[in-house]
Amino acid sequence: MTMRPDPTFYATPRLAMEAPPEKHAYALMLSGDFSQPDGLAVIDVDPASKTCGSIVYTVMMPNRGDEFHHFGWNACSSALSPLTGHAFLERRYLIIPGMRSSRIYVIDTRPDPTQASIHKIIEPEEIFRKTGYSRPHTIHCGPEGIYVSTLGGGGADGTQGPPGIFILDCQTFEVLGRWEIDRGPQDKHYDFWWNLPRDYMVSSEWALPPQFENGIVPEDLLSNKYGHRLHFWDLRARRNVQTIDLGANHQMALEVRPAHDPVKEYGFVGVVVDTTNLEGSIWTWWRQGGSFHCRKTATIPPEPASKDILPPLLQGFEAVPPLVTDIDLSLDDRFLYVSCWGTGEMRQYDVSDPMAPRLAGSVHIGGIARRTKHPGGVDFQGGPQMVEISRDGRRVYWTNSLYSTWDDQFYPRGIPGAMVKANAGANGGLELDPNFFVEFPKGYRSHQIRLEGGDCSTDSFCYPSV
Amino acid sequence: MNGWTTASLWLAVLSSGLYHGVNPGMGWPLAVSAAWMGEGRRELLPALAALAAGHFLAMAVILLPFAAMAALVTWEREIRGGAGLAVLGVGILLLANRRHPRFLARIEPTRLAFWSFAAATAHGAGLMLVPIYLGLCRPERLDDGHRAAGALMAGNAAVAVQVAAAHAVVMIVSGGVLALAVHAWLGPQYIRRAWFNLDVAWPLSLVLVGGIGLAASVSGT
Repeated sequence: MTMRPDPTFYATPRLAMEAPPEKHAYALMLSGDFSQPDGLAVIDVDPASKTCGSIVYTVMMPNRGDEFHHFGWNACSSALSPLTGHAFLERRYLIIPGMRSSRIYVIDTRPDPTQASIHKIIEPEEIFRKTGYSRPHTIHCGPEGIYVSTLGGGGADGTQGPPGIFILDCQTFEVLGRWEIDRGPQDKHYDFWWNLPRDYMVSSEWALPPQFENGIVPEDLLSNKYGHRLHFWDLRARRNVQTIDLGANHQMALEVRPAHDPVKEYGFVGVVVDTTNLEGSIWTWWRQGGSFHCRKTATIPPEPASKDILPPLLQGFEAVPPLVTDIDLSLDDRFLYVSCWGTGEMRQYDVSDPMAPRLAGSVHIGGIARRTKHPGGVDFQGGPQMVEISRDGRRVYWTNSLYSTWDDQFYPRGIPGAMVKANAGANGGLELDPNFFVEFPKGYRSHQIRLEGGDCSTDSFCYPSV
Repeated sequence: MNGWTTASLWLAVLSSGLYHGVNPGMGWPLAVSAAWMGEGRRELLPALAALAAGHFLAMAVILLPFAAMAALVTWEREIRGGAGLAVLGVGILLLANRRHPRFLARIEPTRLAFWSFAAATAHGAGLMLVPIYLGLCRPERLDDGHRAAGALMAGNAAVAVQVAAAHAVVMIVSGGVLALAVHAWLGPQYIRRAWFNLDVAWPLSLVLVGGIGLAASVSGT
């Protein structure tokens, strides 16, 4: 029991930015062909350390075929609000869902990241039985406990009933049950986040399990059957209050990134591909006059490429779509980072005016056609994918795998796991660090990154930056 | 609470108000948040008023039933003993089960008065006042004119309201001073520093107050 709140809880985003820099990062390792167990890699990111840029410890799971994707902390800065009632939780456990197995691992990162260990395993049957959901995905800690979004409903292929969110107890990690009382028209799921003092949640849509588990289904994509809506929820009442359709051609609305400062009532969402022109796009959503609105505020064009260097899936188009697969917003709500996994580019947008993102920086690395090498001289397969920003906004880390079966379709040459770092200028500009290139063990791909002490896609703040 | 003077009992009412008021768990950071999220310092006042109203109500609904019971003068000692035992028991229960009630997380952030009422009630904040209040209601403290049953009950109810009000006023003034100081000078970094883990100290306070009440009733008459 601790007498004072965890020192990594910050009342405001600004206080989090002023905190000491991260020394360790956690990244998920997944066995692309499911032949080995998935794991958690602990990476030294302290520039003063001799082992900086390498994996210094791994926690391997006792099962195979979990397919790790996203993960999150058991507790974050939101604990400092009296409304959450758990001011003395510690940011200590990483909750890692297996997206293919529906199993969830709880990893204890104490006493030191390099001694992390499995604390609890929640078996899929418990999740199926108590929630009727499957394929857990995004984790956020919030007022009622730990919220877990899922991509599948019941049954073997996850299509018996819609997917949704369920709650885990924040202390015992027991599955408590479904979160929604009224889901409205929501029938697909992906990411979710919220504004806690304003009491709303925003969720997005990817696809149903048959549309992703065995690879992308081109016919479904071209007939606009992937998700293309945003859902807005009354958080405490657990009700869907509004659904906005981005238009059926805007296929796959993925990461939801609300402004970190709770006084701001807007946020962003990335759309993977527009099926009319292969563009990727950034949308800004906002609340005004009690209702939500959403508008496309930035587009990223596809790049033409000759047929012979393209995978079969793209040969007919003779172009590479940017494929906006992840976005992340710095804690000062100033820079939005946009992964273009297809074209192999990390874009940095200045979103000081959220309605008019301005391209402020960009680096190329990997890519289906470009295949840009890392400035350190090594090959980087795949493209920039899961991106995480340091609390102070000066370092940006990313990995290169999207999802096992999709990796194989877009990058048939394989995607050996890698994690790189770019330095961001205080007023924009982005440059890859030639000396930072984390190689993952043979056969492993890399996915989401979490930073010790919190990062730009885990913490929810209940007080504005003043 | 036989040997305790009326003044010391009132002092206990006021100190418990201070204790509840400075505890961030009873809500003052929500007033700061309202001011920062809204139009500035003047938003502190309505938020603090809502928190105070909820807290006052949480005290009053616990004390008023005892006001009726305390009119049964012949059972006065047993009632005090039973109340002390109950407060002690709740303290032990809260000590054994330190889990925060989840229903509190379902209350909308805009319903501050209701949240304040529910949070205080769920944590037994009102119970902490019961033994002190019953000490104040002892018949010998009342003048002869108030010993008739009806008058006694009315008198006790008045004391209950006074106790709840005095406690809530001190609670909100102390919490309000902190909220104002954080808003005006100390800044948001003070919010983390203001939290102390009372998960054990709080139920122990109930055990202590309940124990004293029980002991006083046993040794009393």
